[in-house]
Amino acid sequence: MTTEELEQIAESVRLANSKHDHEINVCMGTGCLSQHSDKLKDALTSAVDAQGKKVLVRRTGCMGLCAAGPLVLVDPEEILYQHVHAADAEKIASSLDREPVAELQCNLREHFDEQVHIVLENSGHIDPEKIDDYIAHDGYNALLKALTEMTPKDVIQQITDSGLRGRGGGGYPTGLKWSTVAKAAGEMKFVICNGDEGDPGAFMDRSVLESDPQRVIEGMVIGGYAVGASKGFIYVRAEYPLAVSRLTTALREARRHGLLGNNICNTPFNFDVEIRLGAGAFVCGEETALIASIEGKRGTPKPRPPYPASSGLFGKPTLINNVETFANIAPIIRKGGKWFASIGSERSKGTKVFALTGKITNSGLVEVPMGISLRQIVEGIGGGVPDGHTFKAVQTGGPSGGCIPAELLDIGVSYDALVKIGSIMGSGGMIVMDDTSCMVNVARFFIEFCMTESCGKCIPCRAGTAQMFTLLTRICTGTGTMDDLALLEDLCSTVKEASLCGLGQTAPNPILSTLKYFHNEYIEHIVNKRCPAGVCNMESIQSEIPSEVTA
Amino acid sequence: MNPVETDVKTLVIDEQEVSARAGQTILEVARENGIAIPTLCHLEGLSDVGACRLCLVEIKGSNKLLPACVTAVQEGMEVSTKTERLQKHRHTILELLFAERNHICSVCVANGHCELQTLGQEQGLTHVRLPYRNPELPVDASHERFTLDHNRCILCTRCVRVCAEIEGAHIWDVMGRGINSLIISDLHEDWGKSACTRCGKCVQVCPTGALFDKSKVGSDHPKYPEFLPYLNLMREAQ
Repeated sequence: MTTEELEQIAESVRLANSKHDHEINVCMGTGCLSQHSDKLKDALTSAVDAQGKKVLVRRTGCMGLCAAGPLVLVDPEEILYQHVHAADAEKIASSLDREPVAELQCNLREHFDEQVHIVLENSGHIDPEKIDDYIAHDGYNALLKALTEMTPKDVIQQITDSGLRGRGGGGYPTGLKWSTVAKAAGEMKFVICNGDEGDPGAFMDRSVLESDPQRVIEGMVIGGYAVGASKGFIYVRAEYPLAVSRLTTALREARRHGLLGNNICNTPFNFDVEIRLGAGAFVCGEETALIASIEGKRGTPKPRPPYPASSGLFGKPTLINNVETFANIAPIIRKGGKWFASIGSERSKGTKVFALTGKITNSGLVEVPMGISLRQIVEGIGGGVPDGHTFKAVQTGGPSGGCIPAELLDIGVSYDALVKIGSIMGSGGMIVMDDTSCMVNVARFFIEFCMTESCGKCIPCRAGTAQMFTLLTRICTGTGTMDDLALLEDLCSTVKEASLCGLGQTAPNPILSTLKYFHNEYIEHIVNKRCPAGVCNMESIQSEIPSEVTA
Repeated sequence: MNPVETDVKTLVIDEQEVSARAGQTILEVARENGIAIPTLCHLEGLSDVGACRLCLVEIKGSNKLLPACVTAVQEGMEVSTKTERLQKHRHTILELLFAERNHICSVCVANGHCELQTLGQEQGLTHVRLPYRNPELPVDASHERFTLDHNRCILCTRCVRVCAEIEGAHIWDVMGRGINSLIISDLHEDWGKSACTRCGKCVQVCPTGALFDKSKVGSDHPKYPEFLPYLNLMREAQ
C-alpha cells in the first residue's frame, strides 16, 4: 500500500458515491439496532429502489443521540430524522428532492453545535464494515505518514506535544507512556488495546469499536511502530458481540489491504493484531489483571511496580492504552500534536467522549472539548432533566467515581478538576440523577457492584466492600445507627488506602462523595428513618419505632 | 537473587540505618535487622502476591502505602513501618478477616498455633467492631489424611502457591470472585478424588486451621512452614 494507492481507493469511493443524488445513513449501533434499524435499512433500500431514485442507503455507526433512535441522516442536505421505523421508509424516500418529513425531523442544533468530534468524526458517515469508506475519510493516511516520513521518535514527540492523556480513566500522559515502552529493553514488545469497558452506564468504547473500528486499529499500528512492537491484542468484552464482529471484519479487511501483517506499506515494519475476549470480569479492565487474562491466567491484579511498560504481557514491555486513546492517535499524527493541544483546557487536551445516561432528555454519546462545564453538558447538550423534575447530581467515572451536586455544575471537565471535587473523569460514563434518586441508595448500588466485581485477592477490597454493603443496607432499610456511619467512614479510608489495585482504591468514592455532598440524606435515613427521595422502603421500621427517636 | 548483583544500598527503616543488596525487598531487609512487619500471605520460600496488605509501609515522599513484601529497596529510602495510619489499617484488615468467615478459636485445631490469632494478639485486637458475616461454608473431609475447612480459610493462597511452585502439582486454585472466592482442588472436585500427591506441604504452610492433618485432632496442631527455605536451598544446591 502506498499513498497513491490509498488515494486511488478514496477516489473510487468518492466516484461511486457521486453517482448517487442522495445518501441515506442509517444508524446501526447497538441502541438503534435494538429498535430494528436493520429492518428500517432494508425498507429504505426497497423504497428508494421502487421509486427508481439514485440513492445510496448506508449502514453507519452510532450517531450519538441514542434517546431519539433509530436515527437516519440524509446527505448532502444534512437532515436528521429521529424515531424512524420501517413504516416511515416510504415517506422519507418520497421526500427526497422535496420538503423534508417535518414530523420526523430532529431539530436539536444545540445538542450537536457544542460538540467537537475527533474520535467520533466518522461516526454516522462511514460504513464500519467497509475499510474503503474509512480510507475515503483520510483513513490510514496517518499510518502511511508515520511509516514513511517519521521515525518512531518523531511519532512519540507528536503524541507528547499533543498533551493526550489516557482516556481509560487514570489520565496518564500517553506520550510519556509510549516513550517509556520505547525505551524499555527487549526485542519483543506488545501493544494492548483495553476494550474491557465495564462501568455501569458507559458505552463509549463499544460505540467507537462498533462505528469506526479501523481508527482503533490504525492507532494501534502506529503505537506498535512507535514503541517497537510487532504484535497487538485487542481485549474486548464478550458482551459486545457487535463490536467483536465488526472488529473481526475490520482486521480481515486491514490484512487484505496490507495494512496489517508483514512489511506494512512496503516498509520493514511488521504488525498484526489479535482479538481476545473478556469473560465478564470487571476487574479485567485493570491493566495487570487484563494482562493476566490474556496470558490465560485468572484475571487478578498484580502489585505495580513493575509496570507493564517494563514487564507486561508474558513479562515483556507492553504498551497498554484504552480504545478511545488509540482512536485519538490517527488524527494527531495527521494534523500534528500542536493542533490537538490547541483544543481543550490547560492540562487536559483534546476532547472526551461521554456516555450521557440516567435522568436526562438527550441520552446518548457526546464528544466535547475538555474544559467545558458540566452544566453545558447536562443542561445544554443533554437537554436537562425531563418530566419537570429537578437535577440532583451527576455521577462520573462509574463505580470508581463520585456524585457531583448541582452547586458544582459550573466546574470545567478535566482530569484534575474532577479529582479535586472527589470524583474522577473515568472512562466517560455520566449518569444524571434527579430528585427521585436516593443518594444513599445510589452509593449502595455502586458498592454492591464493586463487591460483586472484586476479584477477591486482597482483603480490604474483598471483605471491606462486603462490609460496606452490609452497613449501607442497614442504613437503607432504616436499621442503621450513627455508629454504623462512623464505621462506614472508617472502612472507606482503609479500603481506599490499603487495597491492591485501582478498583479497590476507588471503590469507596461513591460513598465518600455522597457523604460529602449529601450528608443530610444519610442522617435522615439513620435518625428520622425517612428516605427524602422516597426510594428506600422503611415502612416496617417506622411502625415499630416510638415517636421520640434518638440516634 | 542474582549473585552477580553486588550493588549495596543503604536506607532507613524506622529511623534505623540498614544496608541491603539491590533487589531485596523492604520486608527481607527489615526482618534481617530485627524490625517486625506483620504478614499473612507472605511466606519465605514462596513467590509474593502482595494480597494481605498487612505489610504496608509508608515511604517518605510518597502518599501511597506500599506492600513491603514486593517493594524493592532503593538508595536513601526512608521507610516507616509502625505509624498510626498503618496500625489503624492493620487493625481494620484483621477485623475484616475475623468477621469474614467463621473463626472460632476455642474450637479450632490451630488454637495456639494460628498466625491469624497470633497477629490479632500482637496487634492488640480486643474486639471486632464489624458485623460478623457468618457465611455457611462447606468442609471437605474427603481426603484420607487431611481436611479443608473453608470456614477458617483467609484466602492467602499459600496452599495454591506451594502446590504449584514447590510440589509442582497445582491441585489448588481459587474459584469465584470477591467475597465468594473459594479455594478448590482440581476443577472443583473433592480433595480426596483430586490428583493430590498427599505431600502435605499445603497443610504445613496454611497459617490457620483451614488445612489440617486428620490425625491431629484437638488443639494440638503446630505447623512447620520453616521447611520451605531449607528445601529450596537444598534443591538449588543440587
